[in-house]
Formats: sequence, C-alpha cells, structure tokens
Amino acid sequence: MTFAQVVEKPLIEVRDICKNFGAVQALQNINFRVLPGEVLGLVGDNGAGKSTLVKVLNGAYKPDKGEVFFEGQHVHFESPLDSRKKGIEMIYQDFALIECLDITSNIFLGKERTFGLFSPLLRFLLRRQMDDEAKKTFKDLGIQLENMRIKVKELSGGERQLVAIARGMHFQPKLFIMDEPTANLSVGKIETLLTLERDLKSRGVSIIIISHRLEDIFAVADRIVVLWRGQKAGEIIPREGATMEDVVHLMMFGNRAQSTKE
Amino acid sequence: MKEITRDQVAKPLANEEVIVEGRVKSILWRLNFRDFAMIVILVGLSIFFTVQSPHFFKMGNLLDIARSAAINGIVAAGETVVLISGGFDLSISSVMAASGSITAALIHAHVSTYLAVFVGLSFGAMVGFINGIIITKMRINPLITTLATMAIIRGTCYVASNGLSIGIGDETFRSFGFGKIYGIPKPAIMLIIVYAILYILLHYTQFGRYVYAIGGNANSCRLCGLNIDRWRLITYILCGICSAFGGILLTALVGTAIPTAALGSELVVISAVILGGTSLAGGEGSVMGTLLAMALLSTLTNGMTILSFPVYWHQIIRGFILLLAVLIDAARTGGYK
Repeated sequence: MTFAQVVEKPLIEVRDICKNFGAVQALQNINFRVLPGEVLGLVGDNGAGKSTLVKVLNGAYKPDKGEVFFEGQHVHFESPLDSRKKGIEMIYQDFALIECLDITSNIFLGKERTFGLFSPLLRFLLRRQMDDEAKKTFKDLGIQLENMRIKVKELSGGERQLVAIARGMHFQPKLFIMDEPTANLSVGKIETLLTLERDLKSRGVSIIIISHRLEDIFAVADRIVVLWRGQKAGEIIPREGATMEDVVHLMMFGNRAQSTKE
Repeated sequence: MKEITRDQVAKPLANEEVIVEGRVKSILWRLNFRDFAMIVILVGLSIFFTVQSPHFFKMGNLLDIARSAAINGIVAAGETVVLISGGFDLSISSVMAASGSITAALIHAHVSTYLAVFVGLSFGAMVGFINGIIITKMRINPLITTLATMAIIRGTCYVASNGLSIGIGDETFRSFGFGKIYGIPKPAIMLIIVYAILYILLHYTQFGRYVYAIGGNANSCRLCGLNIDRWRLITYILCGICSAFGGILLTALVGTAIPTAALGSELVVISAVILGGTSLAGGEGSVMGTLLAMALLSTLTNGMTILSFPVYWHQIIRGFILLLAVLIDAARTGGYK
C-alpha cells in the first residue's frame, strides 16, 4: 500500500509556499502533495491559512514564494481561469454563485458555449445546448431537473450547494477543491455529499476538503494535513489509527500530543 | 406549456431532497409585473390626456412625443447597460452637450457631415473609456468619477464656446432630427435600432451575460476567472457612445449647439432607467423596461404641456416620480443598507 503511494506520481504538489498579507505571514513554507484519486482533508483553526492555501492552489492568490506542480509540470496560475483550464475546480465557502442568474448561466459562467466571432460582444449564447448539458450533469449527480432557468436567488442554501457542486463537476475536474462544503447543509444532505465525494474518488478525481467538521473529514479523507498559524503542523492518516483527538491537539497547539501513558 | 408540478421537476437525491419547483413562464409573456404596470399607466395617462385635450391624440403630437422620447431614450439605453453592470454614469448630459458642440463646430468648419458625426460619437466613446479606466484601474467610485468628468466636460464646453451657440444650416445634418422615413421621425427609428442592438447584446451574447453577472456579484465573477475590469470598461464606452448619439440628435433637432444643452437631463434619464426596473445595485434590469419608462415620462411631460400645466411644476412632478421609482426599487431589494 505504502509502496504504491511512493511510486505513484502526485497530481498536485506544492513546495515551500509562502504568502504574506502585509505584516501577517498567512502561509509559511507549506509543502504537501495530493495523489490521483486521493481525498485530502485540510484542517486548522480559524485563521490558520486553509482558505489562503487553496486560493493559492487555484490561482485566486499568487504566492510570494514557492512552487506549484500540477501533473508534474511547474505551473503559474494568474487567475482561477488558468487553473480551471488545467482541470482544477473549486467550490467556495460562499459558493461564488451569481444570484441574479439562472442555474445554467451559473454553471457555464466564464465557459459559455457560444457561436460567432472573436469577441464576446459578437459571440452568441447557445442556451438550449447549455441547458441540455447542465441537465445531464445534474442527472449524473442523481438529480432530475426540468427547469434550468430558475434563478439561483430562488434556491435554498442546500440547493445552491448542489448548483455549486454541479458547476465544479460539469467540467470534469482532475482536482476538486471544496471549502467548507458542509457548512450550509442539513444533516441529511451532508450524507449525500459524502457519498458524492466517495463516488468522485472512485472515478479517480482528487479532492481537497476544508472543513471544521472533523467527523466529515474522517469519514472520507485518506490523509489529513493540519495547519497551525500558517504552518504545516503535521499530517495524519486516519487509516493508521490516528484519532480525532490527535487532530484537535495539532490544530490547537501545533504539535503532536505527548503520550500520557508513559 | 404544461404546468410542472414539484414532484416532476426533481427526483429526490437522497431522502426527501427536492430542488425547487419550476415556474413555467410562457415565452410570449416575457413582460414582468412592472412592465405590465407601466403599460397600464401609459394607457391610462393617454386616455386621460385625450379626454382632457383634443390636441393630445393627434398624429403630429404623438410623433412629437416619439421624437422627444428618442433623444433621452437613446441615452437611457446606454445608462441601463452601465447600471446593470453595477456602475453609474452621471456624465451623460455633459457628453451630450460636448458631442453636439463638437459635431456642430466641425460642420460649421465645412467638414463632411458624416465625418463630423463620427468624430462626435468617438468623443463619447473616449469619455466612456476615460471614465471606465478611472473607475476600474484606479478604483474610484463611479459616482464621484463621473461627477468630476461631468463638471470638467461641461466647463470645457463653456470655455471653448465662450458661452456662445453654434448655428447649423447643413440640411443633411438637420434631417437627422427632423427627417422622416415613411412618416416616422428619424430619431424614433434610431431609437428602435439602438434598443434592438442593446437588447440583443444584453440577452443573447456572452458579453451581456457578463454584464448581468458582474452587476450581480463582481467578486464571484472574479473567482470564476472573468476579466471584470474589461467588461465594465466596455459598458462605460457603450454609454458614452449612446450619450454622444443622443447629443448629436438633439443638436440636429434644435439646429444650434449650445453649451447648456441637455443640462439636467441626466436626472430624466436616470429616473427612466430606475423606473424601468433596473436595480441601482446592479444585476437586474432590461432595456425594454427603460424604453417603456421613457415613453411614460415623455407622454407625461407632453400631456402636462398640452394642458398648460405650469412649467415650474414639471420638475417637481418628475422629482416625485423618481422618488417613487426608487422607493419601488428599495421595497424590492430590501432598501439602502
């Protein structure tokens, strides 16, 4: 098992990532890698740098120092559009949906199916085609949806979450980043999302999950990276018998708990 | 179209999860409640004025309404695009005066009519470009930016003209304002063309989708990788061109370019845009709503004039209508926070 992991090439690897906001060192020399089909949990207290780190991964922020490798290639993402082109999709904590637009428009935002000339001023939307494609994505998620022209502001929090997930799914990402995906969900829906995550994993999609709910992370993650005040406090592998207490201790104190038995 | 029930729309994902029921709208019935209300008010006003005065419902007068609605209407179309994208442009009336003056001055200097009009329109585009650059690149509030450019351009008009007007005898140019095609005033035809173009642009192109998206949530657009500065800049350029076009038509209609032309017309234009259902917060609105609102305001002004309603009261009534429109907007969006 461990041998296979050593041989396998990582999908994404970050080396010595540093990011400062003014005098605040948000990230200090972060290193980690995600293998294809692996679910990585990213945990840490508020302000530990989780969201900053994933925004560096998808190009929303530029790191001050360090390198990102995607599929073995050194990449420089100027904006989230660059990372989306490479196959990294992200669900933001607030979903980043446009409330005044309908479901289809949200799913295709920035990647519309069009025909016409070179400029978006002269490129016309293929609305039917986009509706059909979006409908198919929802069907793959197990949701049958007839009216794709419902505006997102008419949807509930959980339904918006589904739209955000569908947007990520639609372009068949290789890496799926989810920032607090369960924050707005009811207990029943959380179970649905965990099932979806396992399903994606089985299709070989790598997932990075940020969550405060450690039980969700433990339910799906192969490996957990703990951040503490902008530093990587450690990595934990749930399968190898690590417990939630270990993770909580790392989150709070930045070091592993001393065994109390001795 | 058949009604879709809640159960048919979505099969449960898990347990009893269902995505909202479909609200099926007929394709023919694109008008929303606000547009419908405006049509009712417009018809009501027309009946009232017709009953009150024999002069209102005559072809000549109706064409006059169309002609006067056309000028501000064309400007309002550009302003609608800016407001939908979450921006604001106050400099429209100054651009109208300046473009009209530039075109008039060039025609006065015996430059060919069409070249003069082209230069006037280019001036509008340039002002829009400058507004857009200041707002998007230097991150200055659009209200302040365009308030400043409004003052600068209007002041330049006064300085350059020394307060004098420029008369125009050019028949080709005057016909833009007075001419008719099949009995329809040319400005009204231009109005229809401008609205058709902007309607298609907003509702059927990728650019239009971006305009609504940026007005709805600029930050989310950034996270989706849209170059929001570029599209915002283009909305200001479009608004500048529309303002210049309106100003040129106004000059052609009046026959002289005066530095005080269109003074205060930004209030009429913005009132019409807001009355037409475009949200000040951005992301919502339509040029069709603006067109209806402009027809409503022009009919009202015309009717008040015909009924010899004191001119000083016109402004007061327009002010109240603007307030009413903003109150409707506030009731819809939850108000100013």
